[in-house]
Amino acid sequence: MSLATLLVLADGRLPSGGHAHSGGLEPQVSAGRVRELDSVAEFLRGKLATTGLVAAAFAAAACARPGNGAEFDQGIDVRTPSPALRKASRAQGRALLRAARAMWTLPSAGREPHQPVALGIVASAAGLGALEAAVAAAHGTVSGAASAAVRLLGLDPYAVHGLLARLAPDCDRIAAAAAKTAGAPVDDLPAAGAPLLDIGAELHATWEVRLFAS
Amino acid sequence: MPAEPHAAPHTHEPDEVPHTHPDPGVDPHAPLAAGARALRVGIGGPVGSGKTALVAALCRALGDELRLAVVTNDIYTTEDADFLLRNGVLPADRIRAVETGCCPHTAIRDDISANLDAVEDLEAALGPLDLVLVESGGDNLTATFSKGLIDRQIFVVDVAGGDKVPRKGGPGVTAADLLVINKIDLAPLVSADLTVMDRDARARRGELPTVFLSLVQDRAASPVADWIRGLVAARVPAA
Repeated sequence: MSLATLLVLADGRLPSGGHAHSGGLEPQVSAGRVRELDSVAEFLRGKLATTGLVAAAFAAAACARPGNGAEFDQGIDVRTPSPALRKASRAQGRALLRAARAMWTLPSAGREPHQPVALGIVASAAGLGALEAAVAAAHGTVSGAASAAVRLLGLDPYAVHGLLARLAPDCDRIAAAAAKTAGAPVDDLPAAGAPLLDIGAELHATWEVRLFAS
Repeated sequence: MPAEPHAAPHTHEPDEVPHTHPDPGVDPHAPLAAGARALRVGIGGPVGSGKTALVAALCRALGDELRLAVVTNDIYTTEDADFLLRNGVLPADRIRAVETGCCPHTAIRDDISANLDAVEDLEAALGPLDLVLVESGGDNLTATFSKGLIDRQIFVVDVAGGDKVPRKGGPGVTAADLLVINKIDLAPLVSADLTVMDRDARARRGELPTVFLSLVQDRAASPVADWIRGLVAARVPAA
């Protein structure tokens, strides 16, 4: 396993479409639930413990078993009630595959897999293990939304990165838990949900004016 | 008589050797290879310089002769796409809007995935196309398109933004394949000196062409449409 390879994959500057997604933050900012650093911190903790855990578990499982992508894809479908979130996840999976095809030799992964499944398959092709795939997924769950918070709320970028540093041990913990289930049947993988993210995404998709794709 | 480079402003003496200035009808690049995919032309420029109006004019001018589609990158989701629809210049299935997450320059330069997806989806849905126009969100003078996204790019500035804009330079002004100085009908109202803009554009751009445009006077954006016709015609057949 190459640590530098993991950094390349998890780099926020990887051109994999993430910059256009707020990770569910934009609708919560608009609703007034997230206003400043403290509420961003709560939002990120909640996201990490729910959809972050699911993303990490599926990335780890897809990394351990990259040939089972279709099965994991369905597993994420049934864990994602919001059609808008399913669409956003598939768009980011497609974008990640586009970037990764120029970086490593990928197996067939379908046209538009869910992002965590694409991440697992890409991590495997890059020679990374299930734990590294899970770390990248957990970190990506919070770093994308944190970047959106800087842009949407005009927050101090140092303060937001301080937040990400404090969340790093939580990302490690979530990833370690996710990696333990990398060999489990898809129905036994975590299924934590965050209903406000689903509701927010559905409302957001109907807006005439929005800055982020999701 | 071969054209000479005009890297610096100059005046013409009565007895000088005849020479030509850069001709917007002549593309200084090697012809693009023709392939299965459409020619992709990026249209960038500052907020309010008239990018969407130019795209609408090009759709009117070229829509009947080329198989055409448009991708818009307005920061507010569908504003530009809606403008094109309201003006009836293209059917809805030929326009895609891309959201850019507050970063229009990122979506056309650093992370082009959403735009590439939109272009590919248009070609998949509509069949082979001759031309896809990719309109950037309004940005600043440093915004340029990635060559991974487009084949050629147009940069649009307007006289109301100040006649110093060409002198200020920036990658859009200096390196775009075509510079459009727009809204020249407003020049007297904003005290913009077109000869200054012309001189500065030549100094900044060397051989690259610049055209002056007023969509009030020329609703078909003729010099820009002709430039694009030339690009399409010059595409060499695939080997």
